[in-house]
Amino acid sequence: MDGQHAATLPASVAGRTTAVRGRVDLGAALKQAGLAALIAFGLSVPILAFRTDQGPANELILRPRWGLVALVCALVFATRLFVHAFASHRRTRPARPQALATDPSQLSTVQRIGKLGLPAFLGIALTFPIIVYFTQGGLSESRYWVDLGILILTYVMLGWGLNIVVGLAGLLDLGYVAFYAVGAYAYALLATTYGLSFWICLPVAGILAAFWGVLLGFPVLRLRGDYLAIVTLAFGEIIRLVLINWVDLTNGGAGISSIPRVTFFGIPFNSDEGGFASLFGLQFHPMHRIIFLYYLILVLALITNFVTMRLRRLPVGRAWEALREDEIACRSLGINTVNTKLTAFAIGAMFGGFAGSFFAVRQGFVSPESFNFLESAIILAIVVLGGMGSQFGVAIAAVALIGGPELLRNLDFLKRIFGEGFDPAEYRLLLFGLGMVAMMVWRPRGLIAQREPSVVLKESKGISAALVKEGHG
Amino acid sequence: MRWLADPVLEVEHLTMRFGGLVAVGDLSFQAGRREITAIIGPNGAGKTTVFNCITGFYKPTEGMMTLRQEDGSEYLLERLPGHRIAWKARVARTFQNIRLFSGMTVLENLLVAQHNPLMIASGFTFLGVLGIGGYAEAERSAVAKATHWLEKINLIDRADDPAGDLPYGAQRRLEIARAMCTDPILLCLDEPAAGLNPRESTELNRLLLSIREEHGTSILLIEHDMSVVMEISDHVVVLDYGTKISDGTPQEVRNDQRVVAAYLGVEDEEVAVVEAEVGV
Repeated sequence: MDGQHAATLPASVAGRTTAVRGRVDLGAALKQAGLAALIAFGLSVPILAFRTDQGPANELILRPRWGLVALVCALVFATRLFVHAFASHRRTRPARPQALATDPSQLSTVQRIGKLGLPAFLGIALTFPIIVYFTQGGLSESRYWVDLGILILTYVMLGWGLNIVVGLAGLLDLGYVAFYAVGAYAYALLATTYGLSFWICLPVAGILAAFWGVLLGFPVLRLRGDYLAIVTLAFGEIIRLVLINWVDLTNGGAGISSIPRVTFFGIPFNSDEGGFASLFGLQFHPMHRIIFLYYLILVLALITNFVTMRLRRLPVGRAWEALREDEIACRSLGINTVNTKLTAFAIGAMFGGFAGSFFAVRQGFVSPESFNFLESAIILAIVVLGGMGSQFGVAIAAVALIGGPELLRNLDFLKRIFGEGFDPAEYRLLLFGLGMVAMMVWRPRGLIAQREPSVVLKESKGISAALVKEGHG
Repeated sequence: MRWLADPVLEVEHLTMRFGGLVAVGDLSFQAGRREITAIIGPNGAGKTTVFNCITGFYKPTEGMMTLRQEDGSEYLLERLPGHRIAWKARVARTFQNIRLFSGMTVLENLLVAQHNPLMIASGFTFLGVLGIGGYAEAERSAVAKATHWLEKINLIDRADDPAGDLPYGAQRRLEIARAMCTDPILLCLDEPAAGLNPRESTELNRLLLSIREEHGTSILLIEHDMSVVMEISDHVVVLDYGTKISDGTPQEVRNDQRVVAAYLGVEDEEVAVVEAEVGV
């Protein structure tokens, strides 16, 4: 769909001068553009109009920059005018056929992306350390990239976990990071206190997080919508505050350090005789552990995905989606809505717990700082951006939201354009915000908004996002 | 008066108060097994409130509702939570404003209705996730059952379309089929003919009669469309201001003066009598 769109774009721009001039309501366009420029003026006066500098005698002097303000206003004016002309041109064109879902000869967007994108995505994910090894020319050099890959995959897994609660069951959970924290602290405490290995702690952490999910679920399930969101947000904060204040158990704000590192199923990654390297006849390198961590989180994320896909085709998954669509109808069909919501909370929390214990084993250090509200917000943003309920969309969104800002650090060529003093990393939040705004304008229901049916009689047709509800609680 | 001999549902002294408002006051009636019982009455008479009490969406203030299964076992509906009324007592319902899962396909809607048996077949998800047990077989038979109903309501060609895309009449039929997929012994329909054209209305009559004949399901329906009520119902209960004003066969009810008065008002010469009664 987007390719088609891009192809028609130059034609429409070229045709603008000739075809559009007659149709554009110039007065309205000028009025809108003037209004936009006025707003830009109002916003830029306090920000841009004066610059405070230090004078020769250490006094503060104001340097007016009215030229810059005028430039910004003119730019906004011109852009608005252009957008107006472009929009009116688009309106006059015949509407693009929307019959994707009804035309059987054409595959739905999801299916097309799935056909090409999914294997490509999986292939890149599986071979990522190897690709990086060859492109960066060495194990040590690829450290940064593999670390970034681990970070992205952690968020992919968290996004998939939260997707069960938010995307499938339609329960807005703003405190998902609490379960991440429970998982991380479960491993940290069990490993440092009892010396249990990661492979024992991993399921225990998941079960503990699921238990906390149920515990949170019980009191809040009678709430809906905004109220549910606020209570889950509060729950996330409570967990963090307990971690800070229960110093005897959690060591408070100082966190828990020297958490045992991950082992290759019992074989430590060190340079000793019985270590991983000597056992496999390799030259010892600290990167072995990092690459192992990469594949570990990849497997964990794929398990999350596999289980979620499976659950969607089981009655419980269908009940989650039905709950998102209409809770009252669910009750009338004999579905125990309380239990169904609790399973969604518990299973979502369980994957959060797995991801948390992975986080602890990777960092070797956990502190309450890592589990603030911003983390919950980012995970939720990944789910919403990806398209609620879409597994592949969530993965793309995680790459974009976590990898994108990191990528900006490396855009050195921009220095050549904007001068040596330009640091693209300083602008990454700005660009991030811009990207979000663009998303909300063009794909308000997420990157992959179509829903795939969980069971098919004859042929699978994607369901347009317009029909799918977002859930009320 | 077969409904007195073998009632599937017996409502006794049902009262529902919302604060000071008495929506239903001391209502008693029976619905016969394998019969179509219609509840009619002017707007605001409390019909939907009665439905909500029977299907567990409201807890009645007073009264008792007994559902009798064919084997003689009884369920007291006022004591069961809503989802157990549907699953254990086997009472299914539709809604006045259609409540389909619009973002799910027609087939998915019918599978959600078979949630509980499928849940057991999937070993409460634990076995299903691991792929052991007879879930695949159970799902196949659930799809077969859904197919049966789709053929019956003439929607088999649209099985893979989202339910929200269906035209209004088809959505009404689908909601009935979805309720029937829960294998109810009592099917409660809240204005099934609302918004249907005459042809669709006739089709609906045929569907409801066949549900009664072939599946042995008793039907309780609220309806304003008198062509539906008079043609297919075996028993009519008339409500006005939350109380029962008439009860009998369609013929009896049609000729009942109180029913005529409730629907059409009273004749001019009687106005004086009525005014004297109220004391104006």
